[in-house]
Amino acid sequence: MDETVAEYIRRTVLKIPRDEIKMMLQKWGFLSEAQLQTLNFHQLKDNISQEVVQLCEENSADIKQAAVLDIIYNHIYQNKRMWSVYQMRKTGEELEYFDLTDFKKKFKRRLRSALKNVTITFKEYEDNAIWIRVAWGTPYRQPNQYKPSYVVYHSQTPYVFISASVLKSNLPLLCQALIVASNYHDIREMELRSHSLNSLKDIVFKRYSQNFQTYCPKPLQGKAVEPENVDLRIVNENRSEKERIHRLNQETFGDGPQPILQFAQYKLETMFKSSPEMDVLDKKEPFRCLVKFSSPHLLESLKSLAPAGMADAPLSPLLTCIPQKARNYFRIREKRGLLPESFLSP
Amino acid sequence: HIATSLPLPSERDHLRPRIDLIVFMIDIKSKCSLKNVEASLAYVDARFFLGKVYFLVTGVGRVNCCSIEINAISKLEEAYCSPVLFCELELEGVRVATAQRLLRMLQICAGLVPGFSALSFSLLMRNSADD
Repeated sequence: MDETVAEYIRRTVLKIPRDEIKMMLQKWGFLSEAQLQTLNFHQLKDNISQEVVQLCEENSADIKQAAVLDIIYNHIYQNKRMWSVYQMRKTGEELEYFDLTDFKKKFKRRLRSALKNVTITFKEYEDNAIWIRVAWGTPYRQPNQYKPSYVVYHSQTPYVFISASVLKSNLPLLCQALIVASNYHDIREMELRSHSLNSLKDIVFKRYSQNFQTYCPKPLQGKAVEPENVDLRIVNENRSEKERIHRLNQETFGDGPQPILQFAQYKLETMFKSSPEMDVLDKKEPFRCLVKFSSPHLLESLKSLAPAGMADAPLSPLLTCIPQKARNYFRIREKRGLLPESFLSP
Repeated sequence: HIATSLPLPSERDHLRPRIDLIVFMIDIKSKCSLKNVEASLAYVDARFFLGKVYFLVTGVGRVNCCSIEINAISKLEEAYCSPVLFCELELEGVRVATAQRLLRMLQICAGLVPGFSALSFSLLMRNSADD
Protein backbone atom coordinates (compact mmCIF):
# COMPACT_ATOMS: atom_id res chain seq x y z
CA MET A 1 0.00 0.00 0.00
CA ASP A 2 1.19 3.46 -0.86
CA GLU A 3 2.78 5.52 1.92
CA THR A 4 0.60 8.52 1.12
CA VAL A 5 -2.56 6.43 1.21
CA ALA A 6 -1.60 4.97 4.58
CA GLU A 7 -0.93 8.44 5.97
CA TYR A 8 -4.19 9.75 4.55
CA ILE A 9 -6.23 6.94 6.10
CA ARG A 10 -4.45 7.46 9.41
CA ARG A 11 -5.23 11.16 9.45
CA THR A 12 -8.82 10.62 8.43
CA VAL A 13 -9.38 8.18 11.27
CA LEU A 14 -7.76 10.63 13.69
CA LYS A 15 -10.38 13.24 12.76
CA ILE A 16 -13.22 10.98 13.82
CA PRO A 17 -14.33 11.19 17.47
CA ARG A 18 -13.40 7.98 19.26
CA ASP A 19 -16.97 6.86 19.89
CA GLU A 20 -17.86 7.12 16.23
CA ILE A 21 -14.91 5.29 14.71
CA LYS A 22 -16.45 1.84 14.82
CA MET A 23 -19.71 3.03 13.27
CA MET A 24 -17.92 4.85 10.48
CA LEU A 25 -15.65 1.92 9.65
CA GLN A 26 -18.73 -0.26 9.47
CA LYS A 27 -20.40 2.19 7.11
CA TRP A 28 -17.27 2.17 5.04
CA GLY A 29 -17.47 -1.57 4.67
CA PHE A 30 -13.89 -1.95 3.49
CA LEU A 31 -12.74 -3.86 6.54
CA SER A 32 -14.55 -7.11 7.26
CA GLU A 33 -16.57 -7.61 10.42
CA ALA A 34 -13.95 -10.06 11.64
CA GLN A 35 -11.23 -7.47 11.18
CA LEU A 36 -13.26 -4.86 13.03
CA GLN A 37 -13.64 -7.27 15.94
CA THR A 38 -9.88 -7.33 16.35
CA LEU A 39 -9.72 -3.60 16.90
CA ASN A 40 -9.59 -2.21 20.41
CA PHE A 41 -11.65 0.98 20.42
CA HIS A 42 -10.82 1.82 24.00
CA GLN A 43 -7.24 2.86 23.48
CA LEU A 44 -5.71 6.13 22.40
CA LYS A 45 -6.89 7.32 19.01
CA ASP A 46 -3.33 7.36 17.80
CA ASN A 47 -3.11 3.62 18.37
CA ILE A 48 -6.53 2.92 16.91
CA SER A 49 -5.58 4.69 13.70
CA GLN A 50 -2.33 2.76 13.49
CA GLU A 51 -4.21 -0.51 13.81
CA VAL A 52 -6.71 0.55 11.17
CA VAL A 53 -3.87 1.34 8.79
CA GLN A 54 -2.40 -2.12 9.46
CA LEU A 55 -5.69 -3.75 8.53
CA CYS A 56 -6.02 -1.61 5.43
CA GLU A 57 -2.53 -2.72 4.50
CA GLU A 58 -3.69 -6.31 4.70
CA ASN A 59 -6.56 -5.51 2.36
CA SER A 60 -4.35 -3.44 0.05
CA ALA A 61 -6.35 -0.25 0.22
CA ASP A 62 -5.79 2.32 -2.46
CA ILE A 63 -6.69 5.98 -2.69
CA LYS A 64 -10.14 5.23 -4.07
CA GLN A 65 -11.25 3.42 -0.94
CA ALA A 66 -9.61 6.02 1.28
CA ALA A 67 -11.57 8.71 -0.54
CA VAL A 68 -14.84 6.88 0.19
CA LEU A 69 -14.03 6.96 3.89
CA ASP A 70 -13.43 10.67 3.58
CA ILE A 71 -16.81 11.19 1.92
CA ILE A 72 -18.51 9.26 4.72
CA TYR A 73 -16.82 11.44 7.31
CA ASN A 74 -17.80 14.63 5.51
CA HIS A 75 -21.34 13.43 4.97
CA ILE A 76 -21.83 12.95 8.69
CA TYR A 77 -19.95 16.14 9.63
CA GLN A 78 -21.24 18.15 6.70
CA ASN A 79 -21.96 21.14 8.93
CA LYS A 80 -18.29 21.73 9.47
CA ARG A 81 -17.90 22.93 5.92
CA MET A 82 -19.22 26.07 4.27
CA TRP A 83 -21.56 25.29 1.39
CA SER A 84 -22.50 27.49 -1.57
CA VAL A 85 -25.47 26.92 -3.80
CA TYR A 86 -25.30 26.88 -7.59
CA GLN A 87 -28.22 26.78 -9.97
CA MET A 88 -28.05 25.17 -13.39
CA ARG A 89 -30.20 26.16 -16.33
CA LYS A 90 -31.16 24.48 -19.51
CA THR A 91 -32.88 26.05 -22.47
CA GLY A 92 -35.35 23.36 -23.38
CA GLU A 93 -38.01 21.97 -21.10
CA GLU A 94 -37.42 18.34 -21.99
CA LEU A 95 -37.26 16.18 -18.91
CA GLU A 96 -34.51 13.82 -19.76
CA TYR A 97 -34.17 10.55 -18.00
CA PHE A 98 -31.30 10.77 -15.57
CA ASP A 99 -28.76 8.00 -16.01
CA LEU A 100 -26.35 7.83 -13.12
CA THR A 101 -23.66 5.85 -14.92
CA ASP A 102 -23.80 8.21 -17.86
CA PHE A 103 -23.49 11.18 -15.50
CA LYS A 104 -20.45 9.73 -13.76
CA LYS A 105 -18.78 8.83 -17.04
CA LYS A 106 -19.26 12.26 -18.58
CA PHE A 107 -18.17 14.02 -15.41
CA LYS A 108 -14.96 12.04 -15.12
CA ARG A 109 -14.20 12.36 -18.78
CA ARG A 110 -14.65 16.12 -18.78
CA LEU A 111 -12.48 16.67 -15.72
CA ARG A 112 -9.77 14.27 -16.78
CA SER A 113 -9.53 15.76 -20.25
CA ALA A 114 -8.66 19.10 -18.71
CA LEU A 115 -6.62 17.94 -15.75
CA LYS A 116 -4.91 14.60 -15.62
CA ASN A 117 -4.17 14.47 -11.92
CA VAL A 118 -7.53 14.38 -10.17
CA THR A 119 -9.11 11.87 -7.83
CA ILE A 120 -12.83 11.61 -8.40
CA THR A 121 -15.08 9.65 -6.06
CA PHE A 122 -18.85 9.23 -6.07
CA LYS A 123 -21.25 8.08 -3.38
CA GLU A 124 -25.01 7.95 -3.60
CA TYR A 125 -27.30 8.38 -0.64
CA GLU A 126 -30.92 7.44 -0.09
CA ASP A 127 -32.34 10.93 -0.45
CA ASN A 128 -31.32 11.00 -4.14
CA ALA A 129 -28.20 12.93 -3.25
CA ILE A 130 -25.06 12.22 -5.21
CA TRP A 131 -21.91 13.15 -3.33
CA ILE A 132 -18.84 13.83 -5.43
CA ARG A 133 -15.39 14.30 -4.00
CA VAL A 134 -12.66 15.80 -6.18
CA ALA A 135 -9.03 16.06 -5.14
CA TRP A 136 -7.07 18.43 -7.34
CA GLY A 137 -3.55 18.14 -8.65
CA THR A 138 -1.54 19.87 -11.36
CA PRO A 139 -0.01 18.43 -14.53
CA TYR A 140 3.17 17.87 -12.51
CA ARG A 141 1.85 17.04 -9.07
CA GLN A 142 -0.31 14.35 -7.57
CA PRO A 143 -3.70 15.41 -6.25
CA ASN A 144 -3.72 17.04 -2.85
CA GLN A 145 -5.99 14.73 -0.89
CA TYR A 146 -6.18 17.07 2.05
CA LYS A 147 -7.98 19.90 0.26
CA PRO A 148 -10.69 18.27 -1.83
CA SER A 149 -13.89 19.86 -3.08
CA TYR A 150 -17.24 18.31 -2.36
CA VAL A 151 -20.30 18.52 -4.57
CA VAL A 152 -23.79 17.42 -3.63
CA TYR A 153 -26.18 17.03 -6.53
CA HIS A 154 -29.82 16.03 -6.39
CA SER A 155 -30.48 14.70 -9.85
CA GLN A 156 -34.12 15.72 -9.99
CA THR A 157 -33.30 19.35 -9.31
CA PRO A 158 -31.18 22.02 -11.00
CA TYR A 159 -29.30 22.76 -7.78
CA VAL A 160 -25.78 21.85 -6.85
CA PHE A 161 -24.20 22.41 -3.45
CA ILE A 162 -20.48 22.93 -3.53
CA SER A 163 -17.98 23.11 -0.74
CA ALA A 164 -14.92 24.21 -2.59
CA SER A 165 -11.40 23.76 -1.42
CA VAL A 166 -9.16 26.75 -1.03
CA LEU A 167 -8.01 26.43 -4.65
CA LYS A 168 -10.60 28.70 -6.24
CA SER A 169 -9.06 28.34 -9.66
CA ASN A 170 -10.51 24.89 -10.08
CA LEU A 171 -14.05 26.04 -9.61
CA PRO A 172 -14.81 26.92 -13.28
CA LEU A 173 -13.55 23.51 -14.32
CA LEU A 174 -15.76 21.82 -11.76
CA CYS A 175 -18.79 23.80 -12.87
CA GLN A 176 -18.16 22.98 -16.49
CA ALA A 177 -17.88 19.29 -15.79
CA LEU A 178 -21.17 19.43 -13.87
CA ILE A 179 -23.19 21.02 -16.64
CA VAL A 180 -21.72 18.74 -19.27
CA ALA A 181 -22.45 15.65 -17.20
CA SER A 182 -25.98 16.68 -16.29
CA ASN A 183 -26.98 18.04 -19.71
CA TYR A 184 -27.55 21.61 -18.64
CA HIS A 185 -26.46 24.74 -20.47
CA ASP A 186 -25.09 26.96 -17.81
CA ILE A 187 -24.58 27.34 -14.13
CA ARG A 188 -24.53 30.36 -11.87
CA GLU A 189 -23.63 30.87 -8.25
CA MET A 190 -26.50 31.92 -6.03
CA GLU A 191 -25.78 34.38 -3.28
CA LEU A 192 -26.59 31.81 -0.66
CA ARG A 193 -24.08 30.29 1.73
CA SER A 194 -24.29 28.44 5.00
CA HIS A 195 -22.68 25.74 7.11
CA SER A 196 -25.90 23.82 7.32
CA LEU A 197 -26.33 21.84 4.10
CA ASN A 198 -29.81 20.68 5.06
CA SER A 199 -30.96 24.23 5.63
CA LEU A 200 -29.71 25.25 2.20
CA LYS A 201 -31.65 22.34 0.73
CA ASP A 202 -34.71 23.43 2.73
CA ILE A 203 -34.47 26.93 1.33
CA VAL A 204 -34.01 26.08 -2.35
CA PHE A 205 -36.37 23.12 -2.33
CA LYS A 206 -38.87 25.24 -0.42
CA ARG A 207 -39.21 22.70 2.34
CA TYR A 208 -39.41 25.12 5.24
CA SER A 209 -42.71 26.43 6.53
CA GLN A 210 -43.48 29.44 4.45
CA ASN A 211 -45.74 32.30 5.26
CA PHE A 212 -48.39 32.64 2.65
CA GLN A 213 -49.83 36.05 2.02
CA THR A 214 -53.30 35.18 3.18
CA TYR A 215 -55.39 37.82 4.82
CA CYS A 216 -55.52 36.92 8.47
CA PRO A 217 -58.24 38.92 10.22
CA LYS A 218 -57.50 39.67 13.84
CA PRO A 219 -58.98 36.93 15.98
CA LEU A 220 -62.17 38.02 17.73
CA GLN A 221 -60.87 37.11 21.14
CA GLY A 222 -57.37 38.05 22.12
CA LYS A 223 -55.41 34.83 21.96
CA ALA A 224 -53.32 34.02 24.97
CA VAL A 225 -49.82 34.68 23.74
CA GLU A 226 -48.12 33.08 26.73
CA PRO A 227 -49.96 30.01 27.86
CA GLU A 228 -47.67 29.60 30.87
CA ASN A 229 -49.10 29.79 34.37
CA VAL A 230 -48.57 33.45 35.09
CA ASP A 231 -49.64 34.81 38.43
CA LEU A 232 -53.06 36.39 37.99
CA ARG A 233 -51.97 39.31 40.13
CA ILE A 234 -49.60 40.42 37.37
CA VAL A 235 -51.26 42.57 34.75
CA ASN A 236 -49.56 43.02 31.41
CA GLU A 237 -50.40 46.49 30.15
CA ASN A 238 -49.17 46.00 26.61
CA ARG A 239 -50.94 42.73 25.88
CA SER A 240 -52.45 43.92 22.61
CA GLU A 241 -49.04 45.15 21.45
CA LYS A 242 -47.50 41.80 22.35
CA GLU A 243 -50.18 40.01 20.41
CA ARG A 244 -49.67 42.26 17.43
CA ILE A 245 -45.95 41.52 17.44
CA HIS A 246 -46.60 37.81 17.80
CA ARG A 247 -49.07 37.84 14.92
CA LEU A 248 -46.69 39.80 12.66
CA ASN A 249 -43.92 37.38 13.50
CA GLN A 250 -46.14 34.43 12.62
CA GLU A 251 -47.02 36.02 9.31
CA THR A 252 -43.43 36.80 8.49
CA PHE A 253 -41.64 33.72 9.66
CA GLY A 254 -44.26 31.03 9.78
CA ASP A 255 -44.64 28.50 12.52
CA GLY A 256 -42.02 25.90 11.84
CA PRO A 257 -38.27 25.86 12.49
CA GLN A 258 -36.23 28.27 10.44
CA PRO A 259 -33.44 27.18 8.09
CA ILE A 260 -30.06 27.60 9.75
CA LEU A 261 -27.93 30.36 8.29
CA GLN A 262 -24.86 31.91 9.84
CA PHE A 263 -24.55 35.20 7.97
CA ALA A 264 -26.43 37.88 6.16
CA GLN A 265 -24.26 40.34 4.36
CA TYR A 266 -25.38 43.62 2.84
CA LYS A 267 -23.01 45.54 0.64
CA LEU A 268 -24.20 49.13 0.55
CA GLU A 269 -23.43 51.34 -2.40
CA THR A 270 -25.80 54.12 -1.50
CA MET A 271 -25.32 57.79 -0.98
CA PHE A 272 -24.58 58.94 2.52
CA LYS A 273 -27.57 60.86 3.78
CA SER A 274 -26.67 63.22 6.54
CA SER A 275 -27.87 66.52 7.88
CA PRO A 276 -26.35 69.42 5.89
CA GLU A 277 -24.24 70.50 8.88
CA MET A 278 -22.34 67.26 8.96
CA ASP A 279 -21.28 67.43 5.31
CA VAL A 280 -19.03 64.44 5.60
CA LEU A 281 -18.55 63.94 1.91
CA ASP A 282 -17.94 66.82 -0.44
CA LYS A 283 -18.20 64.74 -3.55
CA LYS A 284 -21.48 63.01 -4.05
CA GLU A 285 -20.10 59.51 -4.22
CA PRO A 286 -21.77 56.37 -3.03
CA PHE A 287 -20.75 55.53 0.51
CA ARG A 288 -19.30 52.06 0.48
CA CYS A 289 -20.18 50.08 3.52
CA LEU A 290 -20.58 46.43 4.42
CA VAL A 291 -23.10 45.36 7.04
CA LYS A 292 -22.76 41.79 8.22
CA PHE A 293 -25.10 40.01 10.61
CA SER A 294 -23.69 36.83 12.09
CA SER A 295 -25.23 34.34 14.46
CA PRO A 296 -25.22 30.60 15.06
CA HIS A 297 -28.84 30.63 13.87
CA LEU A 298 -29.52 33.91 12.12
CA LEU A 299 -33.18 33.52 11.16
CA GLU A 300 -34.23 32.31 14.58
CA SER A 301 -32.52 35.27 16.23
CA LEU A 302 -34.19 37.67 13.79
CA LYS A 303 -37.50 36.05 14.67
CA SER A 304 -36.93 36.68 18.38
CA LEU A 305 -35.86 40.33 18.00
CA ALA A 306 -39.32 41.88 18.12
CA PRO A 307 -40.75 39.73 20.94
CA ALA A 308 -37.62 40.48 22.99
CA GLY A 309 -38.22 44.20 22.56
CA MET A 310 -34.97 44.80 20.72
CA ALA A 311 -36.50 45.83 17.42
CA ASP A 312 -39.77 47.18 16.15
CA ALA A 313 -42.15 44.87 14.38
CA PRO A 314 -42.47 44.49 11.44
CA LEU A 315 -38.82 43.91 10.67
CA SER A 316 -37.23 45.37 7.60
CA PRO A 317 -38.08 43.34 4.50
CA LEU A 318 -34.36 43.30 3.75
CA LEU A 319 -34.02 40.87 6.65
CA THR A 320 -37.20 38.89 6.27
CA CYS A 321 -36.90 38.21 2.55
CA ILE A 322 -33.88 35.95 3.03
CA PRO A 323 -35.57 32.54 2.73
CA GLN A 324 -37.99 33.58 -0.02
CA LYS A 325 -35.31 35.17 -2.12
CA ALA A 326 -32.97 32.27 -1.33
CA ARG A 327 -30.05 34.56 -0.73
CA ASN A 328 -28.12 35.95 2.18
CA TYR A 329 -25.66 38.15 0.33
CA PHE A 330 -27.13 41.38 -0.99
CA ARG A 331 -25.98 44.43 -2.88
CA ILE A 332 -27.97 47.55 -2.27
CA ARG A 333 -27.63 50.32 -4.77
CA GLU A 334 -29.16 53.71 -5.15
CA LYS A 335 -32.32 53.69 -7.23
CA ARG A 336 -31.84 55.89 -10.26
CA GLY A 337 -35.06 57.74 -10.63
CA LEU A 338 -37.24 60.39 -9.14
CA LEU A 339 -36.98 59.03 -5.63
CA PRO A 340 -33.51 58.61 -4.18
CA GLU A 341 -34.32 55.41 -2.37
CA SER A 342 -32.30 52.25 -2.34
CA PHE A 343 -33.36 48.98 -3.86
CA LEU A 344 -32.11 45.44 -3.95
CA SER A 345 -30.08 44.39 -6.91
CA PRO A 346 -31.35 41.29 -8.64
CA HIS B 1 -48.72 45.92 36.27
CA ILE B 2 -45.95 45.48 33.76
CA ALA B 3 -45.57 47.62 30.68
CA THR B 4 -42.91 47.93 28.02
CA SER B 5 -43.06 51.71 27.88
CA LEU B 6 -45.10 54.73 28.88
CA PRO B 7 -47.65 56.11 28.39
CA LEU B 8 -49.88 53.23 29.43
CA PRO B 9 -52.54 52.26 26.90
CA SER B 10 -55.55 54.43 27.53
CA GLU B 11 -58.11 51.72 26.86
CA ARG B 12 -57.39 50.14 30.23
CA ASP B 13 -57.56 53.37 32.26
CA HIS B 14 -60.78 52.41 33.98
CA LEU B 15 -59.40 49.05 35.06
CA ARG B 16 -56.28 50.37 36.68
CA PRO B 17 -56.00 50.85 40.42
CA ARG B 18 -54.10 53.71 42.05
CA ILE B 19 -50.39 53.61 41.25
CA ASP B 20 -48.20 53.72 44.36
CA LEU B 21 -44.78 52.87 43.01
CA ILE B 22 -43.12 53.00 39.61
CA VAL B 23 -39.98 50.97 39.05
CA PHE B 24 -38.14 51.58 35.80
CA MET B 25 -36.12 48.54 34.84
CA ILE B 26 -32.97 49.19 32.88
CA ASP B 27 -31.06 46.32 31.37
CA ILE B 28 -27.43 47.27 31.56
CA LYS B 29 -26.75 45.19 28.47
CA SER B 30 -29.08 47.18 26.24
CA LYS B 31 -28.73 50.84 25.26
CA CYS B 32 -32.22 50.57 23.85
CA SER B 33 -33.48 49.90 27.35
CA LEU B 34 -32.01 53.12 28.71
CA LYS B 35 -33.41 55.15 25.83
CA ASN B 36 -36.82 53.66 26.38
CA VAL B 37 -36.77 54.55 30.06
CA GLU B 38 -35.62 58.10 29.35
CA ALA B 39 -38.43 58.53 26.86
CA SER B 40 -41.00 57.09 29.25
CA LEU B 41 -39.93 59.34 32.13
CA ALA B 42 -41.46 62.28 30.31
CA TYR B 43 -44.90 60.78 30.82
CA VAL B 44 -44.68 60.53 34.58
CA ASP B 45 -46.49 63.13 36.64
CA ALA B 46 -44.10 65.23 38.77
CA ARG B 47 -45.73 64.12 42.03
CA PHE B 48 -44.47 60.59 41.59
CA PHE B 49 -40.89 61.76 41.89
CA LEU B 50 -41.38 62.45 45.56
CA GLY B 51 -40.29 58.99 46.54
CA LYS B 52 -42.52 56.87 44.31
CA VAL B 53 -40.11 56.34 41.43
CA TYR B 54 -37.16 53.95 41.56
CA PHE B 55 -34.72 52.69 38.99
CA LEU B 56 -33.80 49.03 38.94
CA VAL B 57 -30.72 48.16 36.94
CA THR B 58 -30.57 44.50 35.96
CA GLY B 59 -27.95 42.30 34.42
CA VAL B 60 -25.09 43.64 36.53
CA GLY B 61 -23.66 40.18 37.02
CA ARG B 62 -22.14 40.04 33.55
CA VAL B 63 -19.41 42.62 33.75
CA ASN B 64 -18.20 42.28 30.18
CA CYS B 65 -21.64 42.71 28.62
CA CYS B 66 -22.32 46.19 29.97
CA SER B 67 -23.49 48.61 27.31
CA ILE B 68 -24.51 51.43 29.59
CA GLU B 69 -22.07 53.39 31.66
CA ILE B 70 -22.69 53.85 35.35
CA ASN B 71 -22.25 57.57 34.68
CA ALA B 72 -25.41 57.68 32.67
CA ILE B 73 -27.29 55.96 35.47
CA SER B 74 -25.95 58.34 38.11
CA LYS B 75 -27.08 61.25 35.96
CA LEU B 76 -30.57 59.80 35.85
CA GLU B 77 -30.53 59.34 39.59
CA GLU B 78 -29.59 62.97 40.19
CA ALA B 79 -31.84 64.46 37.55
CA TYR B 80 -34.94 62.69 38.81
CA CYS B 81 -34.07 62.51 42.50
CA SER B 82 -34.87 58.81 42.55
CA PRO B 83 -32.71 56.04 44.01
CA VAL B 84 -31.17 53.32 41.91
CA LEU B 85 -31.11 49.65 42.84
CA PHE B 86 -28.88 47.08 41.22
CA CYS B 87 -29.64 43.43 40.81
CA GLU B 88 -28.98 40.34 38.73
CA LEU B 89 -32.12 38.54 37.65
CA GLU B 90 -30.38 35.37 36.68
CA LEU B 91 -29.36 34.53 40.23
CA GLU B 92 -32.31 33.19 42.15
CA GLY B 93 -31.13 34.45 45.51
CA VAL B 94 -30.58 38.00 44.33
CA ARG B 95 -33.84 37.93 42.42
CA VAL B 96 -35.86 36.88 45.44
CA ALA B 97 -34.09 39.38 47.72
CA THR B 98 -34.72 42.22 45.27
CA ALA B 99 -38.37 41.23 44.96
CA GLN B 100 -38.73 41.29 48.72
CA ARG B 101 -37.13 44.72 48.86
CA LEU B 102 -39.45 46.05 46.21
CA LEU B 103 -42.49 44.68 48.00
CA ARG B 104 -41.39 46.35 51.21
CA MET B 105 -40.88 49.63 49.34
CA LEU B 106 -44.32 49.25 47.81
CA GLN B 107 -45.82 48.82 51.27
CA ILE B 108 -44.20 52.04 52.38
CA CYS B 109 -45.21 53.95 49.26
CA ALA B 110 -48.79 52.78 49.61
CA GLY B 111 -48.81 54.20 53.10
CA LEU B 112 -49.27 50.84 54.78
CA VAL B 113 -46.31 51.23 57.15
CA PRO B 114 -47.17 53.66 59.94
CA GLY B 115 -44.59 56.34 60.61
CA PHE B 116 -42.97 56.10 57.18
CA SER B 117 -43.89 58.03 54.07
CA ALA B 118 -42.62 57.44 50.57
CA LEU B 119 -40.72 60.70 50.66
CA SER B 120 -38.99 60.10 53.98
CA PHE B 121 -38.01 56.63 52.91
CA SER B 122 -36.49 57.71 49.62
CA LEU B 123 -34.51 60.44 51.39
CA LEU B 124 -33.23 57.76 53.74
CA MET B 125 -32.17 55.63 50.77
CA ARG B 126 -30.41 58.52 49.07
CA ASN B 127 -28.57 59.77 52.11
CA SER B 128 -27.21 56.39 52.99
CA ALA B 129 -25.97 55.91 49.44
CA ASP B 130 -24.11 59.21 49.48
CA ASP B 131 -22.06 58.28 52.52
